[in-house]
Amino acid sequence: MEELLDILKSLHPDVDFEHCDSLIDDKILDSIDIVSLVAEINDAFDVAVPAEEIIPENFNSAQALWEMIQRLDEA
Amino acid sequence: MRKKLIFTGVLWCVLLAVALWLLNALFMPKYMSEIPEGALIAEYYNETADHDVVFIGDCEVYENFSPDVLWREYGITSYIRGSAQQLIWQSYYLMEETLKYETPKVMVFNVLSMQYGEPQSEAYNRLNLDGMRLSPQKLAAVEASMTEEESMLSYLFPLLRYHTRWSELTAEDVKYMFHRDPVSDSGYLMNVEVRPAENVPEGAPLADYQFAEVCYDYLDKMVELCENHGVELVLIKAPSLYPYWYGQWEEQMEDYAAEKGLKYINFLELIDEAGLDFSTDTYDHGLHLNLYGAEKLSHWFGSWLRENCPQVADRRGEEPYETVWNEKSEAYAQRKAQLEAAWAAEQKEEPEA
Amino acid sequence: MSFASAQFLAFFAVLFVLYYLIPRRHQWKLLLVGSVFFYFFAGWYCLVYIGVTAVTTWLAARKIGALQARQDAWLRERREELNKEARKARKAADKKVRWRWALGSMLLNFGILAVVKYTDFVLGSVNGVLSAAGAGTQLPLANLVLPMGISFYTFQSMGYLIDVYWGKYPPERSLGRFALFVTFFPQLIQGPISRYNDLSQTLYAEHRWDSRQIAMGGMRALWGLGKKLIIADRLAIPLRELTAAPEEYAGLYVLAVMFLYAVQLYADFTGGIDITIGVAQMLGVKVTENFERPFFSKNIAEYWRRWHITMGTWFRDYVFYPLSVSKGVLKLHQKARARLGEAGKRVSVYLCTMILWFVTGLWHGASWNFIVWGLLNGVVILVSQECEPLYARFHGRFPGLKGTFGYRLFEVGRTFVLMSAIRVLDVYRDVPLTFRQVGTVFTSFRPSVLWDGSFLELGLSAGDWLIAALGAAALVVCSLLGRREPVRQRLVRRPSLAWGGCAALVVCMVIFGVYGIGFDATQFIYNQF
Repeated sequence: MEELLDILKSLHPDVDFEHCDSLIDDKILDSIDIVSLVAEINDAFDVAVPAEEIIPENFNSAQALWEMIQRLDEA
Repeated sequence: MRKKLIFTGVLWCVLLAVALWLLNALFMPKYMSEIPEGALIAEYYNETADHDVVFIGDCEVYENFSPDVLWREYGITSYIRGSAQQLIWQSYYLMEETLKYETPKVMVFNVLSMQYGEPQSEAYNRLNLDGMRLSPQKLAAVEASMTEEESMLSYLFPLLRYHTRWSELTAEDVKYMFHRDPVSDSGYLMNVEVRPAENVPEGAPLADYQFAEVCYDYLDKMVELCENHGVELVLIKAPSLYPYWYGQWEEQMEDYAAEKGLKYINFLELIDEAGLDFSTDTYDHGLHLNLYGAEKLSHWFGSWLRENCPQVADRRGEEPYETVWNEKSEAYAQRKAQLEAAWAAEQKEEPEA
Repeated sequence: MSFASAQFLAFFAVLFVLYYLIPRRHQWKLLLVGSVFFYFFAGWYCLVYIGVTAVTTWLAARKIGALQARQDAWLRERREELNKEARKARKAADKKVRWRWALGSMLLNFGILAVVKYTDFVLGSVNGVLSAAGAGTQLPLANLVLPMGISFYTFQSMGYLIDVYWGKYPPERSLGRFALFVTFFPQLIQGPISRYNDLSQTLYAEHRWDSRQIAMGGMRALWGLGKKLIIADRLAIPLRELTAAPEEYAGLYVLAVMFLYAVQLYADFTGGIDITIGVAQMLGVKVTENFERPFFSKNIAEYWRRWHITMGTWFRDYVFYPLSVSKGVLKLHQKARARLGEAGKRVSVYLCTMILWFVTGLWHGASWNFIVWGLLNGVVILVSQECEPLYARFHGRFPGLKGTFGYRLFEVGRTFVLMSAIRVLDVYRDVPLTFRQVGTVFTSFRPSVLWDGSFLELGLSAGDWLIAALGAAALVVCSLLGRREPVRQRLVRRPSLAWGGCAALVVCMVIFGVYGIGFDATQFIYNQF
C-alpha cells in the first residue's frame, strides 16, 4: 500500500491520495495518468491490469486500487 | 391544472399560426410598383360580372387585346387570364378554374406556348401560380410546373419561399398586405410607349420543329373541357414579330385546328388587314403591341367575333354589365391619360434617338 | 432524410403520435420499424450493410455469452476438485475461444468500414506515390458509396461486442432489440456513439406520456434545429466561398475561416446532437450527452473531454487503455525505464497517445488532412503535458493569478484559438495547401479587408452577418445561463414563457433560417416574354 501511494504521489505530488475517494469522478486522474499508473503497477507488483478492469470504481481511491491489485494477484 | 396547460398550449399554437399567416401576407411579393405581371392572375377574383369571352395565354394575350374596345365598340364582355410565359398546362388549369366561376361563350387560347414541353423557370412559375386561389386546379398546375429544385410545400406556404425577403421589405409590403391596387384593365396590361420595330431577326433554324407530345395532350384536354362545358375554343397566334413563329409550327397548328374543327386565326397574316403599323404600334420593337396596336387588333377581332361567333351577344344596355363596364371604361381612360402624360414627360426629358 | 427537412418532420410526427397510441409493450418495436424505414430512406443498400453488422455482432455476442456461461458452470461444478492453476488454465483456454469469436466479428465489421471508407484513400495515396515515382499507370478508384452513419453504428456495435467479451454485461438475447440498439434513428446520422448498458436502460422500456419530458425534448430539438438553420447553414455560405478559392482568400481571410468554421461546426454538430437527444427524449429514451460546453475548456485535453464526448471515451476505453496495458507496451515501458530512467516512464504512454490520435484522425475521414489533424492534437496534448512544470513555476512566481477571472478567460481564449487553428485542416483541400494558407496569415496580413466591404462579397449581406453574430451571441449567453441548470429546465416550470419562447423561435427559424430557393428579385426582370 505504501508503495502504491508513492507511485500515486509521483504522478500528482499535490493530491491527498490517502483520503481522496473521487480520483476519477473529480477528474484528478486523466487517461494518461491512468495508463502510467497501470504501467507502474505492472512494474512494482507484477500485476497486469486488463483493460476491462479500468473502470471508475477501481480507480477512484488508493484503497480501491489496492483491493484491485490484490484481487488480480490472487486470481 | 391540466386543463390550464392544454389551454395555454392551444392558445400559443393559435397565436403562432396567426403570426405566420400575417408574416406570409407581409412577405409575399406585392407586384405593385415592379413587375405588375405578377399581380395579374389574382386580379380575376375581383370581377363581379361574368364574361362572354375569356382569353387565356401568355403575354401575347394580355399585351395585345383591349377588352375595353371590345365593350365600347361591340358590347362584348371579356376578360384576359394571361400571365408572363404562361405554360400550356398552366393555361389548361386556369381554364378549368375559370369554368368553376363562370361559363363564357368563347375561350380564346394563344398557341405560342406550344413550344415549351417542359417546366421553364422557377421565377415565372411563381408569377403565374402564386396568384391562384388554393384549389385542386392550383395544386395540379403546381405539380405540372415545378422545376427540379421546387417543392409543393413552398406553394402552400409561400413564406417558406419568400422568407429571405426580410432584408428587402419596403413600405409597399406593409401597405398591400391585405389588398392590391388593380394593375390591369380586365386583364389587359396597358402600355402606351412607342418603340418601333426595326430589323426583326429571322428565327434561327431549330433541330426539331415538332411540338412536344405533352403540349398536344393539354391542347386535347382543352378541346375536351370546352366541349363538355359548351364553350367554343378559338385558337389564335398573336401578331408579335418576335419570338419567331416558324412556318413548321404554323403548319402543325393549322392541321390541328382542321382536325378538331376549331377556328384558328394567325394574326401575323392579318397585320395589314388589321391596320397594324409596327413603327408606331409596339412598345418594345415588335415583341408586344402598345395600347394603340392593341386597340386596332381588338377592333378587328371584335368584328370577327361578331361575324363568326354569333353566340357572343351585345350586352350594351344590359345590367349589371352596363354599370360595371362604364366604370371599367372610366378607369381605362384615366389610366390611359396618366400613362400618356408620363410617357410624354419622359420623351421630353430624353428624346429617343 | 436530414433532420432539417419537411420529410423528417412528417416522419417524426407520425411516429410520435403512433408511439403513444399503441400498447406500451410494442413501443420499442415501433421504434425499430421507424428506424428501419428511416434507414431505408437513405437507400436500400444501406440496409444490407447495417443488417450485416447487426446480425453478425448479435450472433458473435450470443456465442461469447454462451461460452462464458458454459465456463462458469463448468468451474462451479468442479469447484472442489480443481486447484488454482487448473482454474486459471481453463479460464485462459476459454478466453482464447471467446476472443476468436470477438476477433472474427470485429475483423468483419471493421473490415467493411475500412473497405467502404478507406479504399479510395489508399488507392489515391498509391497513385500519388506512383506518379511521384514517374510511373505512367494509375489505379482506378472504386468510388464506393458510404452507407449512412456507418462509422457511428459500427463503433457502437463493436463497443457492445467488446463489453460482452470483457464480461461487463450479458449479451442481448433478442435480435430485434439488438437491431434497435444499432439502428435507433435519432443517432444514426451523427451519433452520439451510445453504450449498450446505458441506452438499453430506457430504449426498451414502456413509456407513458410525460408532458414534462416531452416539452423538454421538444424544446431541445427546436433549439438544435435553430442552431443549424439560422447559424450553421448561414455561415456555411461564406465558408464554401472562402475555401473554394483559397488563392484569392489568404491572410486575414484564413483567420476568418478558422473562427467562422469553429462557430459553424459547433452550431451544426451540437445542433444535430440537440435534435437527436431532444427527439429521443420526446420518446422517453435517454441518449448520452455528447458535449459539455466545450469552448469553455481551459486546455486541449479538457476540450477533448467536453467535445464529442462519446467518441473520446470510445477511443479511450477500446483503443487507448487496451493498447496501453498490452504486453508489448508494458514491456516497452520496462525497457525504456531501464535505459532512460525517469524520462523513460513516459515513452510508452506518449507512443500510445500518438497512436490513439492517429486512429482518431483516420476515423474522422479518409484523408491525410485528418491524419495530420489527429497527430497535431496528440502533439499539442503531449507538449502541454510536458510544459506542466513550467506552468507550475510560473504560478509559483505569480501566485495570485491562477483562478482569477482574467486568467481563466485567457486560458479559454488560448484553447479556443489553438483548437480553431488545428481545425482548419478540416476545411482546405489538402495538407500542403492548409499550411500555405496558415502561412499567409503572417505574410499577407491586410486588415483593411475587415472594413472595406470585402466580407459582404462572400454571399452574406450585412444583415445576414448581423443575424449570424446575434445567433452566436445567443449561443454563448444560453451556454452561460445553462451552467447550473439547462435553460429549458427553468422554462418548463413557466409554461407560458416556454410556449412563447418556442413560438418566437419557430418564427425566427421560418424567417431567418437558410433554406429553400433564395428569393432573388433580379431573376424576375422581365425581358423577353
